[in-house]
Amino acid sequence: MTEDTVLLNPPPAVAPTVPAVAVSPQPKLAVRNLNFLYGDAQALKNISLDIPEKKVSAIIGPSGCGKSTLLRVFNRIYAIYPNLRAMGEVLLDGENILDTSYPVHKLRSKIGMVFQKPVPFPMTIFENIAWGIRHHEKLSKSEMEARVEQALRRAALWDEVKDKLKRSALGLSGGQQQRLCIARSIALKPEVLLLDEPTSALDPIATGRIEQLIEELKRDYTIVIVTHNMQQAARVSDRTAFMYLGELVEFDETEKIFTKPARQQTEDYISGRFG
Amino acid sequence: MAVDIYLRRRAVNVAAMVLSGLAATVGLVFLVWILWITVKNGIAAVDLRLFTKITAYADQGGLANAIVGSLVMDLIALALCAPVGILAGTFLAEYANRSKLGAVIRFLNDILLSAPSIVLGLFVYVIIVLPMSNLTHGAVSFSGLAGAIALALIGLPVIVRTTDEMLQLVPGTLREAALSLGIPQWKLTMQLLMRAAVSGIVTGVLLALARLAGETAPLLFTAFGNNFMAFHPLDKMESLPVAIYQYTNDPNPALHAIAWAGALLITLFVLLLSLSARWYLHRHKVIHD
Repeated sequence: MTEDTVLLNPPPAVAPTVPAVAVSPQPKLAVRNLNFLYGDAQALKNISLDIPEKKVSAIIGPSGCGKSTLLRVFNRIYAIYPNLRAMGEVLLDGENILDTSYPVHKLRSKIGMVFQKPVPFPMTIFENIAWGIRHHEKLSKSEMEARVEQALRRAALWDEVKDKLKRSALGLSGGQQQRLCIARSIALKPEVLLLDEPTSALDPIATGRIEQLIEELKRDYTIVIVTHNMQQAARVSDRTAFMYLGELVEFDETEKIFTKPARQQTEDYISGRFG
Repeated sequence: MAVDIYLRRRAVNVAAMVLSGLAATVGLVFLVWILWITVKNGIAAVDLRLFTKITAYADQGGLANAIVGSLVMDLIALALCAPVGILAGTFLAEYANRSKLGAVIRFLNDILLSAPSIVLGLFVYVIIVLPMSNLTHGAVSFSGLAGAIALALIGLPVIVRTTDEMLQLVPGTLREAALSLGIPQWKLTMQLLMRAAVSGIVTGVLLALARLAGETAPLLFTAFGNNFMAFHPLDKMESLPVAIYQYTNDPNPALHAIAWAGALLITLFVLLLSLSARWYLHRHKVIHD
């Protein structure tokens, strides 16, 4: 683990397809020279980083630094809006997902996403989870029931909702709704989970439960979490990326980032001197 | 100095409140007045005859054929404009939301929404009634169907607009959440957004029905009117608004009384629709944020 080598803004001369440094084991997601445009405004500048498999990687940085934008490139959800462009490569197990020939429904079943605000669908709790599965797989009634239960158990929600699966998901509390959204994503058996400030709309107790859940989920999933809460990044992540003004300043072991960062900018941010 | 500003603000506040209160009162007074006169004059003429006899008996008759004609034409109109309107509104909100095409269609729809209804009646006369008459050598000319089509043109823009607006009220996060599960746009629209917006859309359809049920002008050149009972949509058809229009133009005071009763019936029908729309909206309110 400690041998993981860090890729820091490789010089532009390096060919984009060849990683500047050999990384072992192979990264789950490899970002290569990624640039992102909102119309004419450049939101991401030449980002390269390797997201390790079955670890939690946190992305921190001040508002507007591009951390959410980066996350939204990973499942191409940005593409539903006009005039947004991502250039460069994002390799999922070596395949470039930004390539338009990479089918988007396959991508999104492999890379799940949970948003800042809990977004339950206006359906029953059961349907909230079954609806997504049904699109990707044909399951019998009993298989579906087992699958929904499994997802709810994994998201630590089963005991609270097992008696009201047929009730509307809109009646759940905010924290329960957010765990339902996590259950909905993992029900598709993804490989990567993207969490976009998943606890910023929740109270401390609900936040604690989600963080505990992240700890358990990383055994099976590669997790990328965007957070504006540095303590949260320190608590839950194995690696932390610090972004500033669309650039990746530093990406390293979380402990190292928070104790002896390589860059002065990172040090200034985590010690609260700006941001 | 500070007290001065405070007093001045209070004075302005009182003035604004008095003026807006006055304006609201004026509006309400006329509304209540209209309802009062309709109920007072209408109730006096309501009896069983109204529902059992047709207009052919004139002042010895009722409005049975007009009630049936209105129901038939309103239902056909709704069956025509609700599906088209809901789908067109969906197209605007989900597929053409930020596009130039969407803006153009919205603009044209607003024009249709405010088009004089007599123009729509004439339009249907030219494109349906005349060709029908030519095709059938005069056997079918004015018809309930033509009337229903004219009424559908009244209801259509209302439904397009409400569907469009209701879908746009559904938070964008819901779309992102569904799409990030790999759900395609059509499934998202049909199975999720429609469900989230259904109460608003149903309300829009009911309001469109209330709007078209009271129209007279589009029916004059299309359904024409018929003093006898007609169920077949290819026959000329009587309707409540047209019967009221004809009876109020007649010198016979007994017919005026029947017209008032018809006016009361339509008012009650529209009131009932509005109330059920409100009730439905209230019961099925979807909680977004």
